[in-house]
Amino acid sequence: MSFPLLTVTAALPAVGAVATAAVPAAKRTAAKWLALVFSLATLVLAAVVLARFDPDGARYQLTESHAWISDFGVRYELGVDGIGAALMALTALLIPFVIGAGWHDADQVEGEPTHRRWRPTQGFFALILAVEAMVLVSFAATDVFLFYIFFEAMLIPMYFLIGGFGDRAHAAGEEEGAKQRSYAAVKFLLYNLAGGLIMLAAVIGLFVVSSDSLGEGTFSLPELLRARANGDLTMSTSTERLLFLGFFVAFAIKAPLWPLHTWLPNAMGEATAPVAVLITAVVDKVGTFAMLRFCLGLFPNASSWATPVVIGLALVSVLYGALLAVGQRDIKRLVAYASISHFGFIILGVFAMTSQGQSGATLYMVFHGISTAALMLVAGFLISRRGSRLIADYGGVQKVAPVLAGTFLVGGLATLSLPGLAPFVSEFLVLVGTYSRYPVAGIIATAGIILAALYVLVLYQRTMTGPVRKPEIEGMPDLKVRELAVVAPLVALLLFLGVFPKPLSEIVNPAVEHTLSDVQKKDPKPQHPVADHNKWFDYKPAGHGGGDHE
Amino acid sequence: MIGLLVGVPLLGAAVLLCGGRRLDRTGHWLGTLLAAVSFAIGAALFASMLGEDAESRAMHSKLFSWVPVEGFQADVAFQLDQLSMTFVLLITGVGTLIHLYSVGYMEHDPGRRRFFGYLNLFLAAMLLLVLADNYLLLYVGWEGVGLASYLLIGFWQHKPTAATAAKKAFIVNRVGDAGLAIAIFLMFTTFGTFAFAPVLSSAGDASEGQLTAIGLMLLLAACGKSAQVPLQSWLGDAMEGPTPVSALIHAATMVTAGVYLITRSGAIFNGAPDAQLVVVVVGAVTLLFGAIVGCAKDDIKKALAGSTMSQIGYMILAAGLGPIGYAFAIMHLVTHGFFKAGLFLGAGSVMHGMNDEVDMRRYGGLRKYMPVTFVTFGLGYLAIIGFPGLSGFFSKDQIIEAAFAKGGTEGWILGAVTLLGAAITAYYMTRVMLMTFFGEERWRQAPTPSPAEPDVEPAAETRGEHAEPHPHESPKVMTIPMIVLAFGSVFAGGIFKAGDSFVNWLEPVTAFEHGHSPVSATTVTAATVVSLVIGVGAAWFQYGRKPVPVVAPRGNLLTRAARRDLLQDDFNHVVLVSGGTHLTRSLVYVDHKVVDGAVNGTAATFGGLSGRLRRLQNGFARSYAVSMFGGAAVLIAATLLMRAV
Repeated sequence: MSFPLLTVTAALPAVGAVATAAVPAAKRTAAKWLALVFSLATLVLAAVVLARFDPDGARYQLTESHAWISDFGVRYELGVDGIGAALMALTALLIPFVIGAGWHDADQVEGEPTHRRWRPTQGFFALILAVEAMVLVSFAATDVFLFYIFFEAMLIPMYFLIGGFGDRAHAAGEEEGAKQRSYAAVKFLLYNLAGGLIMLAAVIGLFVVSSDSLGEGTFSLPELLRARANGDLTMSTSTERLLFLGFFVAFAIKAPLWPLHTWLPNAMGEATAPVAVLITAVVDKVGTFAMLRFCLGLFPNASSWATPVVIGLALVSVLYGALLAVGQRDIKRLVAYASISHFGFIILGVFAMTSQGQSGATLYMVFHGISTAALMLVAGFLISRRGSRLIADYGGVQKVAPVLAGTFLVGGLATLSLPGLAPFVSEFLVLVGTYSRYPVAGIIATAGIILAALYVLVLYQRTMTGPVRKPEIEGMPDLKVRELAVVAPLVALLLFLGVFPKPLSEIVNPAVEHTLSDVQKKDPKPQHPVADHNKWFDYKPAGHGGGDHE
Repeated sequence: MIGLLVGVPLLGAAVLLCGGRRLDRTGHWLGTLLAAVSFAIGAALFASMLGEDAESRAMHSKLFSWVPVEGFQADVAFQLDQLSMTFVLLITGVGTLIHLYSVGYMEHDPGRRRFFGYLNLFLAAMLLLVLADNYLLLYVGWEGVGLASYLLIGFWQHKPTAATAAKKAFIVNRVGDAGLAIAIFLMFTTFGTFAFAPVLSSAGDASEGQLTAIGLMLLLAACGKSAQVPLQSWLGDAMEGPTPVSALIHAATMVTAGVYLITRSGAIFNGAPDAQLVVVVVGAVTLLFGAIVGCAKDDIKKALAGSTMSQIGYMILAAGLGPIGYAFAIMHLVTHGFFKAGLFLGAGSVMHGMNDEVDMRRYGGLRKYMPVTFVTFGLGYLAIIGFPGLSGFFSKDQIIEAAFAKGGTEGWILGAVTLLGAAITAYYMTRVMLMTFFGEERWRQAPTPSPAEPDVEPAAETRGEHAEPHPHESPKVMTIPMIVLAFGSVFAGGIFKAGDSFVNWLEPVTAFEHGHSPVSATTVTAATVVSLVIGVGAAWFQYGRKPVPVVAPRGNLLTRAARRDLLQDDFNHVVLVSGGTHLTRSLVYVDHKVVDGAVNGTAATFGGLSGRLRRLQNGFARSYAVSMFGGAAVLIAATLLMRAV
């Protein structure tokens, strides 16, 4: 048996979580370093996964398979395609930054009595690692039930992270802050739980259908796909649609898609910036990833059936999220609504069912993760200095903290998909892919790029430019070494992947082609394809004039 | 080699922006040096290009595959042909001169290193724009120059007006950028590619409708970048940026990118006469719009900005005429690059000597105090109004002739518009000239700060003072670039015209047809000279003959409208800004009350979610159990349902 690389990669942060939680109460700093070391080791393993992945090889690689609950055909099955490998890498990449940025978020508050058994610092970092482990399994699971368990289980540590660790200084006061935090955490939990339960019904339904037509029920995705392709697994149209909806609603809540998005601004607003990054850049990606992996693969006909509605909702998300971002007064909520707009783009790309759209959507998941992390973490550094999330409380920061303002601007420019930075590549692919099948939708979505410029630049203008009017801003320190160490690599990655996304897109492309063949879709052909590429260089303008001036 | 052209200034930008304070003392020279190196590379490539046969001068170089996705191929690849070469020389040549000028102009600015970093970034992006061999890479340069423009307009970020102007420029440009993006989508679905050569060589295969759609979207992009109606509103505000920026980006190079785009896409427009007609109309309207605005502005930079808009209108109009106009559009672009950059640098030099005063009503009689500025500015002035023998005369005359050659009623209308434009140009430029360098020394009577510009630019040595200015000539590092540009303003047009050398040079790329004008070339020239005389005379009658009041008279309705940029901002404000604000505010309300409420409400109907929400807040475990129970009910129901179907 070969080395279980995926299991070890996912288990490492889990071990780290336990180890961190076990650090004695007094040794807070040791706990932080321990968590960081584990997250970095996980990153190394994820890099190995990416390196070992062969784009030209089998669809699912590094597979592991063990019987688990044999009565229900549940197996412990792991395997990655290009999409899963890319997202595992994203997750492993971001966690060290989340930990680094949240270094002081769970520190002992001055004057707080030291309790021997109360260890919030340890808990904070252990929970982050626990979420990482669960997300990694979700990206690697090829057994539907196994995926479901971790998809749901990650809600629990997330709930505690949102509800237990808010910003220190809350605009509405300490007590009101705790109340709002608790509301946000419960809302997060209930929304996702509701989705998860609907999905559970669909998961069981899938088992029933598979045992009906295959004789023996299975949750194994490769097996189901194979059976689907050679016609062994059949289901009635209405069954397929119901099952699709069961899965889709759960993923659309997680993603989040309009109108199921309202939990996100609360959760991202109340959580600390690193946890907000964890939500939008990592956990939510499981939703869009699962649409690609499960909805399209298992229910191709129902996916096509639902496409018009999903495209419509995605477009609403794109524009609605952007417009609401423009109207926000709170920095973190603004980023949350911007994320809703971006998730609209991702879902648009997934359901456009074109190579460009889906490759773009996958790259979008990765690049949005990095760009939002950059923007949100810098926003968090800013908020921690002034103790306020309100945009109106800032102004002129550029003058006192130019590096902070500069990195904030780069994060913002990435968010508005400036060419040269990574998100541009993915957004353009999504738009091209959407346009080639649904021109009107493509054009409407393009309006989103104008609104993105609006909300990003208005935010930058109000917080960073102008004269320094408030005394709290005057003494504001620039980024510290730790903060710079968190932001600089993210900025470098945004630049690098914007110029040279090829290594990643080459890993992703074959997986997208497999998905498209699952749903039996082919890219629309250009109307007047350029037949002979050799004539490129023989181009002479004189012969091609329209002749309308003679 | 071609990659180096872009790479050298890009390296400069990276070093200057990330280098930190160590480079504060030398950074500006490093930036200038790299711009000059880039120019040297351009000149070397030009020399080697001249050695080639006219038909085989285009060079290609592919660096690497950028975004390879099934069916979608975008490369980082360059194409250097005669059209790109012309731009490369203009961008790096004028760019280097303006770098040099800025060494003096920004001498006392604490952010000088950052300024040069942005300037280098601009050069890199602009070179990328003109060197790209496909539309997607062009788009990178296109937004790249937009970014550089944003950063430089807002360079003095502590001034709220500058920050607002920068944001406005970027957002208005984004509307145009969206047009370019859609044009690329259209090319992709039509041709399966968006690289220049295959698209342009197969343009004839596509239907006229497809070409018209692509053409109109490209025009939208051009309108944004080149400040053409209806996306013109940002250029006047962009004058908030330091004056060298106005000279380089908002006069000589970036704003002409729209002309480049249309000329480059000639094969598409040639097959879409409707799109061409719209291009011509946009050009003609903007030509008059900018000229009228230019007549009413008292701010010297804003008057010049109106003029830039108007002159680019000429170029766009010429480009819309097809093969009879492309070469002249580019020729006017180059000569305009010389004289308008020279005029802006002259304006900067005047401001430098006048405590950063920009109100021409507070100038007057400056020729004695700033002789070099006066002479170079004067030569630029003669060039722009088309004084016979100078650059602008040759290039503008050709466009007017081509406009008549469009044929039919259209030709007569366009010809008349271009002649009228020439008269107005002569009028407003003479006005600038008279108010600045001639007449009484009004700055002696008006020591109070100009109400239009309460904040002075910190670049000035006498920052913050509003005392009586002591006009003086600028240092050599500033006057030398002005002198070089003045030479270009005087001679470039004649050289280009001699033996039709410029047209012959561009012909392999843009094609050229001789227009058949219903009026003879001599008549056109005579008419141009007559309109010039009328314009100059009218301005002298109003501003030269009698003293200029320090406080602007109220003026008639047109004047007042023109001072407000013909109400463009008022329109935008009412329609877009307040409409948009209401929309976002009501959406915020809707999201909170309706969407959130509806989802919670729906959930409540099915599972009692919202009622539980309240109770859930006091404990996690219990509530979790309750919702699990609720969910289990859903689950069982669903399973039963599944069995049934």
